[in-house]
Amino acid sequence: MYNFDFVKPATVAEAVEALSGEEAQALGGGQTLLPTMKQRLASPATLVSLTGIADMQGVSQKDGAICVGGATPHAVVAANAGGYPALAALAGGIGDPAVRNRGTAGGSLANNDPSACYPAAALGSGATIVTNTREIAADDYFEGMFTTALNEGEIITEVRFPIPEKANYQKFEQPASRFALVGVFVAKFADGVRVAVTGASEDGVFRWAEAEAALSADFSPAALDGLTVPADGMISDLHGTGAYRAHLVGVMTKRAVAAA
Amino acid sequence: MPKDHGIGASNKRREDVRFLTGTGNYTDDINVNGQAYVYFLRSDVAHGRINKVDTSDAEAMPGVVRIFTGKDFEGVGGLPCGWLVTDKHGQPMQEPGHPVLAQGKVRHVGDPIAAVVADSLAQARDAAEAIVLDIEELPAVVNMKAALADGAPKVHDDLANNLCYDWGFVEENKGAVEDAFAKAAHVTTLELVNNRLIANPMEPRVAVGDFSRATGESTLYTTSQNPHVIRLLMGAFVLGIPEHKLRVIAPDVGGGFGTKIFHYAEEAFCTFAAKALNRAVKWTASRSEAFMSDAHGRDHVSKIELALDADNNFTALRTETYANMGAYLSTFAPSVPTWLHGTLMAGNYRTPLIYVNVKAVFTNTVPVDAYRGAGRPEATYQLERVIDKAARELGVDPVALRRQNFIQPDQFPYATPVAVEYDTGDYDATMDKLIEIADFSGFDKRLAESKARGKLRGLGVNCYIEACGIAPSNLVGQLGARAGLYESATVRVNATGGIVVMTGSHSHGQGHETTFPQVIAEMIGIDESMVEIVHGDTSNTPMGMGTYGSRSLAVGGSAMVRAAEKVINKAKKIAAHLLEASEADIELKDGQFSVAGTDKSVAWGDVTLAAYVPHNYPLENLEPGLEETAFYDPSNFTYPAGAYACEIEVDPDTGKVTIERFAAADDFGNVVNPMIVEGQVHGGLAQGIGQALLEGAVYDENGQLLTGSYMDYAMPRASDVPFYSVDHSCQTPCTHNPLGVKGCGEAGAIGSPPAVVNAVVDALQRAGKPVTHIDMPLSPARVWAAMNG
Repeated sequence: MYNFDFVKPATVAEAVEALSGEEAQALGGGQTLLPTMKQRLASPATLVSLTGIADMQGVSQKDGAICVGGATPHAVVAANAGGYPALAALAGGIGDPAVRNRGTAGGSLANNDPSACYPAAALGSGATIVTNTREIAADDYFEGMFTTALNEGEIITEVRFPIPEKANYQKFEQPASRFALVGVFVAKFADGVRVAVTGASEDGVFRWAEAEAALSADFSPAALDGLTVPADGMISDLHGTGAYRAHLVGVMTKRAVAAA
Repeated sequence: MPKDHGIGASNKRREDVRFLTGTGNYTDDINVNGQAYVYFLRSDVAHGRINKVDTSDAEAMPGVVRIFTGKDFEGVGGLPCGWLVTDKHGQPMQEPGHPVLAQGKVRHVGDPIAAVVADSLAQARDAAEAIVLDIEELPAVVNMKAALADGAPKVHDDLANNLCYDWGFVEENKGAVEDAFAKAAHVTTLELVNNRLIANPMEPRVAVGDFSRATGESTLYTTSQNPHVIRLLMGAFVLGIPEHKLRVIAPDVGGGFGTKIFHYAEEAFCTFAAKALNRAVKWTASRSEAFMSDAHGRDHVSKIELALDADNNFTALRTETYANMGAYLSTFAPSVPTWLHGTLMAGNYRTPLIYVNVKAVFTNTVPVDAYRGAGRPEATYQLERVIDKAARELGVDPVALRRQNFIQPDQFPYATPVAVEYDTGDYDATMDKLIEIADFSGFDKRLAESKARGKLRGLGVNCYIEACGIAPSNLVGQLGARAGLYESATVRVNATGGIVVMTGSHSHGQGHETTFPQVIAEMIGIDESMVEIVHGDTSNTPMGMGTYGSRSLAVGGSAMVRAAEKVINKAKKIAAHLLEASEADIELKDGQFSVAGTDKSVAWGDVTLAAYVPHNYPLENLEPGLEETAFYDPSNFTYPAGAYACEIEVDPDTGKVTIERFAAADDFGNVVNPMIVEGQVHGGLAQGIGQALLEGAVYDENGQLLTGSYMDYAMPRASDVPFYSVDHSCQTPCTHNPLGVKGCGEAGAIGSPPAVVNAVVDALQRAGKPVTHIDMPLSPARVWAAMNG
């Protein structure tokens, strides 16, 4: 790790101000950034911790949505998002207790790791990503692996997850890291079904349109019979080929529907 | 009723008090006043020519004490190899140099190029980034067969090629083996990979070098399984420091698993630099460094053929193995695929003819050496997989086929066709016990339950035998060992009767501090609390060879018994004097010396006091004091053996394997502490299951380590392993050591991988899949691919 300055503002405005500095970097729970800095692969001049901002903490329910403060740790979501059990379960299944007590919803979404769980929940729920300057629909937010619609210095202050009639998240874990080798979030709303897939694609989280159409007509595992996602564009690595991941998308989607 | 004292008692581990309360004293806990820190700049390419290492800018960085490169070690010895293997033509193996810091070339990712010593680690790291390297990258060899191809890039320019040796065993049997195959009624052939593993002890390696200008003595604190071996190798072969000026201390060590046997460059560097700088130098490996600098394990590619007659008797066995040595020869690397592997190919069976060929190959990868089991897991895996495959091809019960070919109890001692002689064993007994504890009779019911849940279920069985307690020094000397393999102990009795045992064995998780006192307590009839164990410091223990190969109790414990016997014999002389009786009539029981047939007795403590306060003492024919040393060199290996069974489920949709049940019936001979033995088996099973399902070090074609962290190298976690059923009640005591013990540390890791793979193949075949083999690790992706192949 290289030397850096550390600030811990108490308000979003102070954080925005601090982030306007040269080579300043926002710090959520640090579950990705700190290991990267320890390996000397990142060297921000200033770390701006977002965890001291009271307005960005906590879970609430209003207007049919679960609202998660951007700096809320996964363990808090797991314990307090009872109004949206699939979301609580997803948060409770990330990493291990140490990760869940540090890692934050906003941090995960801002990083947009292609194998992270939260992007599947946000895209699968049709969430709204609230920042210090605007509201971004999840469909417009994810722009590919580690890439989002966030501008430089923009902070995720809150994420609003509309509560569906039914939902479930199924994660097939990569054996070493236990990140999602493939994770599928299925949510059934009154106006249709959303299916979001993480872990599988080289473009990061994506919606599986064919499955959504089939499930919107008939929300049952059988409705997915015969549907496949193409292996092209799927991640292929030590832990599974693209074909294997494509196959798992089908399996995990069926299981999510059955469990929803 | 279980014993609560002495041999056979499940005493709780006394060392756990400090380990579990954070009061252990590990090497990284040791800080020497004024110490500097070293950071090793390591190669990020697998193979390259070093044109220039420019340290001028770096030397001017804050806090830098000195920067060392390969040039600083030109007058210094290289890291020695401790075992010379002779090839099938009678020629010595090709043995390359292994400089402390790279000279001329880098040969694997992680090869140290420069060592930056600075006031702080951060300063050393900063300065390392300012070193300007001019390294011309060369094509790397990673695949062993490609490394042996004509025109392959050479790892070592001064060697003829990348072949370390081509070993045939027993070369004289080769023709007879071929004849037997020609006459066989059935031949089963299997090609398999024994996956490369990274040991990953919880404590990474650490070295602290210190030097006293006042005494001229160098001290090395290091994470070692055998401090005396390090002192000898480093002192005599690398740095030229005589033993009396070199002290090596291995304090609490947090797991070794073999990878802390070897003498490493960092140890030599810290010792060398401390003297050069007259300042202590400390190095603590990061986990990333451990992945690319700890010796790896296994990495064999083998073809095995089993010949059977028309009655399914094994008539011959033939194997061909490519064994990866990595870029340099680690301390005991050449012995692992040869004498620790070929000699075990008979397994538990009467196969009369065996021929083993091993080609050891240099590649641009981290050196490979012994890892828990070392050669014996590779032998067991091949043998027990090919027998399983043969049973399936012949349509016979795998257990019955094994039983039919077992060496029978009345055949011991049994000389195998691969040079070793098993002293005792009863393989049907452990198989019977296994069938009971694994509940074979309930399998069909469990199979039906799995099926009802949409899961495939399989049952895998295998046997194993291993050779522990390495071994007779005169024999291993003939086989190429450049060291003796005895063990030592000093039993020092204090005036008031307490005892300190200084052992050459080293405990890094085995529980010696608990088990060794149980033996002494049993022999004298005193409480274990009166006995303390000292180990790990060359300055206060006799020269010993350390702990590996499940040898501590069989060899080190035997040395302790021999020393204790000497102590008791002398104490009896003193007691005879005090009791005014004949020495021949003195009996020792429950800490009392008594005169046979009388009520005259004297307590242990009275005798020990007399030894040190010899007012009433036979000084004319007996020295005062009560302290004896013994060196024990065994007459043979010990041969633990057993039978294992694994029951797995496969999720047919994902290929994920879960271990539902695992049973192990072991014959370890006599057992001193059943609880510790059980713990050793549990740990071994976890590592064996890890190898079978999860672990595997993978290099890409350029020699980059793809599994360089826990993000990609899958270690077994608690949820990956089941509750085990283990049993060690089948006991055929070793006939040639005084305790009748065989060793238990590696059995679990040796016996479990074939059980897991046999079980998965069983499950897939029951489901109608024509799968005969899957290479480890049996990851979900691999199993799914095999099912859908």
